[in-house]
Amino acid sequence: MVTVVTQECLADGIFSMWIQTEAAKEARPGQFISMYTNDGSRLLPRPISICEINREKGQLRVVYRVTGEGTGTEQFSRMKAGDSLSIIAPLGNGFPYEKAEGKQVFLMGGGIGVPPILELAKQMKCRKKQVIAGYRDSQTFLREEFERNAEVYVSTEDGSVGTKGNVMDAVRENSLQADMIFACGPAPMLRAIKEYARKNNIVCYISLEERMACGIGACLGCVCQSVEMDSHSNVHNKRICKDGPVFLSTEVEI
Amino acid sequence: MSVDMRVNIAGVEWKNPVTVASGTFGSGAEFAEFVDLNKLGAVTTKGVANVPWPGNPTPRIAETYGGMMNAVGLQNPGIELLCKRDIPFLRQYDTRIIVNVCGRSEEDYCEVVERLSEEEVDLLEINISCPNVKEGGIAFGQDPKEAERITRAVKRYARQPVIMKLSPNITSVPDMARAVEAGGADAVSLINTLTGMKIDIHRRTFVLANKTGGVSGPAIHPIAVRMVYEAAHAVRVPVIGMGGIASGADAIEMILAGASAVSIGTANFHDPSISGKIVGEIESYMERYGFSAVADMVGIVE
Repeated sequence: MVTVVTQECLADGIFSMWIQTEAAKEARPGQFISMYTNDGSRLLPRPISICEINREKGQLRVVYRVTGEGTGTEQFSRMKAGDSLSIIAPLGNGFPYEKAEGKQVFLMGGGIGVPPILELAKQMKCRKKQVIAGYRDSQTFLREEFERNAEVYVSTEDGSVGTKGNVMDAVRENSLQADMIFACGPAPMLRAIKEYARKNNIVCYISLEERMACGIGACLGCVCQSVEMDSHSNVHNKRICKDGPVFLSTEVEI
Repeated sequence: MSVDMRVNIAGVEWKNPVTVASGTFGSGAEFAEFVDLNKLGAVTTKGVANVPWPGNPTPRIAETYGGMMNAVGLQNPGIELLCKRDIPFLRQYDTRIIVNVCGRSEEDYCEVVERLSEEEVDLLEINISCPNVKEGGIAFGQDPKEAERITRAVKRYARQPVIMKLSPNITSVPDMARAVEAGGADAVSLINTLTGMKIDIHRRTFVLANKTGGVSGPAIHPIAVRMVYEAAHAVRVPVIGMGGIASGADAIEMILAGASAVSIGTANFHDPSISGKIVGEIESYMERYGFSAVADMVGIVE
């Protein structure tokens, strides 16, 4: 069991929780944690991406969306400092941010794919660090924290802040350039980024999500299609929880 | 008082009556950091076919009240990779190895079973009850005549004892259990998952890409206990009970109903170390109530 340190609401349905856990020592940006509810009627862990890592204090931050009334994430959002919960962490491979050294980089997040980009932005050392964050509306959570670590461009679906549209619209409107991309967000956004990277011959890492059961690579619930035969599955499937969630955009079909 | 946890399943001695349900534990490698595999009576591998299967489209997983649904569709790397990678891995541990076998046709099953005769595995479990594949699987598991025929066929090629894994999606458990016993099954295991369906009312579509999936978890445990009881009263061969076991108490219930051994399935997703804990909880129960051997508890609630 681990302990909740703080809990706050950042925007409608978006919550931020710091938890005290040994896992902070080994965690990398882009990894995730399996969070279990304390309710026996909900068996499966919720895979939540790591938003920030504080190694000194041994704490991890998750910023997550409450997916609806009566859900496991709603239960998490009601937890307070001092409450305890079960987790398995850290899981997955994380972003290979070391490869960004000397590069001009896009760090792109969309919706609830924005949070994992924060720790990535903090740890990455590169020539030019451009965060492009896509939101629904003016509730641009984490924006100030990004601004302390990078050049920040924002897109909103309703046009209330930054570029009206999605993260690719923000790239075009601001004539941004990159030779490496790291991205996390909904599938249509990742598809567009993958296509942009292909056309412009840019190395691109994308973080995928899928419904999971075990979170540790055993149940084969959360696979994505791989371009090449995968050596573990022996078919064209990779496990998002274990082989990912971060993949080179050219190695997966999305 | 020391208790004897050993059980004998079709001539194979296990150090205790606990194994894990096929498909919930991979080949064991992924769970080895959470549970000491040496503590388990046996490890049951994920179903394997003669050739690699890609499985179903995603989403393959949905949560339900007190349980879950899956429609993985028996994705597996094929028998050759299992023999090369997974069996040698498991052989490092002091536990019995049960290989779960799936197929689309009688020939598929027999090919895998014959290949496994060369391998150091202890038992074979034949999956004739997967609800998530169109051909084979459940087609053999819903008709007693077909089930008997496929059992007879695999027995001709099997060097190891054969466990036939039965479906709950049938009208008569006793008829099915007797059919596979008549076909030569050395043991039966049940239950596989119950076919279910879940609809996303906001998107107005099925949650699983396969539309239907297999329901498992604590919600189905009473159904499994009833079916294990029925099977144990219908056949002489040992019964391996599974279905929603999430604690030592659940496992004991299954044993009292007639199971000679138990499998832990969906609970592995809630707590990857649960299978080892359940071994300890069964032992504590035996000490508390003065049972010196597991066999003394099997089926005593009549």
